[in-house]
Amino acid sequence: MDLLGQIPDPEIPVISITDLGVVRNIQINSDNITIDITPTYSGCPAMKLIEEQIKHLLEEKTAKKIQVNTVYSPAWTTDWIPAEAKIKLREYGIAPPEKTTSDKSFLFPEKKKVACPRCFSQNTELVSQFGSTACKALYKCIDCLEPFDYFKCI
Amino acid sequence: MTEKEALFEYCLRLGDSSLILGHRLSEWCGHGPILEEDIALINIALDYVGRATSILKYAGEVENKGRTEDDLAYQRNERHFRNLLITEQPNGDYAQTIVRQFLFDTYSFLLYTELGKSKDQTLAGIAEKSLKEITYHLRHSSQWMLRLGDGTEESHQRCQQALDNLWRFTNELFETDEVEQLLIQAQIAPDMSELKTKWLNHVQEIIQEATLKTPETTFTNSGSRQGKHTEHLGFLLAEMQHLSRSFPNCTW
Repeated sequence: MDLLGQIPDPEIPVISITDLGVVRNIQINSDNITIDITPTYSGCPAMKLIEEQIKHLLEEKTAKKIQVNTVYSPAWTTDWIPAEAKIKLREYGIAPPEKTTSDKSFLFPEKKKVACPRCFSQNTELVSQFGSTACKALYKCIDCLEPFDYFKCI
Repeated sequence: MTEKEALFEYCLRLGDSSLILGHRLSEWCGHGPILEEDIALINIALDYVGRATSILKYAGEVENKGRTEDDLAYQRNERHFRNLLITEQPNGDYAQTIVRQFLFDTYSFLLYTELGKSKDQTLAGIAEKSLKEITYHLRHSSQWMLRLGDGTEESHQRCQQALDNLWRFTNELFETDEVEQLLIQAQIAPDMSELKTKWLNHVQEIIQEATLKTPETTFTNSGSRQGKHTEHLGFLLAEMQHLSRSFPNCTW
């Protein structure tokens, strides 16, 4: 588990794949190791890279045969990101996810306040629900005038 | 027809609809009306293609003839595709794209909510994951329906035209056949014919709020479940499969 904690998320290098909750299960047998991972978003292009990095690192360090499986259930949720990882996200300049998405009212955007990761002001505005990657939305801060990414709740 | 054969067919239907619509959306890349919408559409396209990858991968496993998701996506011809006809319709102007997304997103939301209860664990897992993304998609397309319908005279007229163009493809979403009946019995697939009224209610609510009119045409297009498609699919596949077919077994 500690070894896997060395693998950073390809897009957000300050947090590891274990921080994200992407690693769901590790099965260590006498001559092989099976790792179960779960995708964050259906089309997340980083998943393939994460799989390769896991194989590469573990094959090198353990000399055992490595098998990586993708599991879909339970579905990944931002609820699995621990508080420490959220702090790292904020320090990196990405506003961390605020709460769970059980709000299915699909007509209007959630009126939650997202704090600016730089100046911490609540006076922020949603620019677009879809940002630089599938997992992020684009906001701007009215006070310090900087744009920033928000890690969407899912 | 065995349950396995029916399941394979059903996975193709779900996977192909996701793949073809994902491809259509990706055609907007670099051509969106504003930067934020360009990014929105390609993010949504990515969700669709990701979903298609998961479902077609499972389809290949169910078929058990060694076909991977790439074989299924790039090596089949039109007659073997099972995507719903609405997904292959051209993007047209932005209103046509938004209306198509809205009609399909509302349907997807209902479908994947039910599919999350499937006795098939893999489909249920994929559905549970997809539903979260679909919620964002539906929010996006619903908001744009309101902006365009209740917008300027031009946006209103284009939106109404798009609705009139695409309405005839909506009945097919709720049709059923022996493949689906078999899976409904096995509690693997939901009975979409039961959800048509719910779909219509949601859709009409937004149409009304957008100051638009529900089309009254009763003419319907159908046939995707037998591999009978509109003339658009051939051209789409020619573009989509060109690279893979030109360089067989290519890898990144």
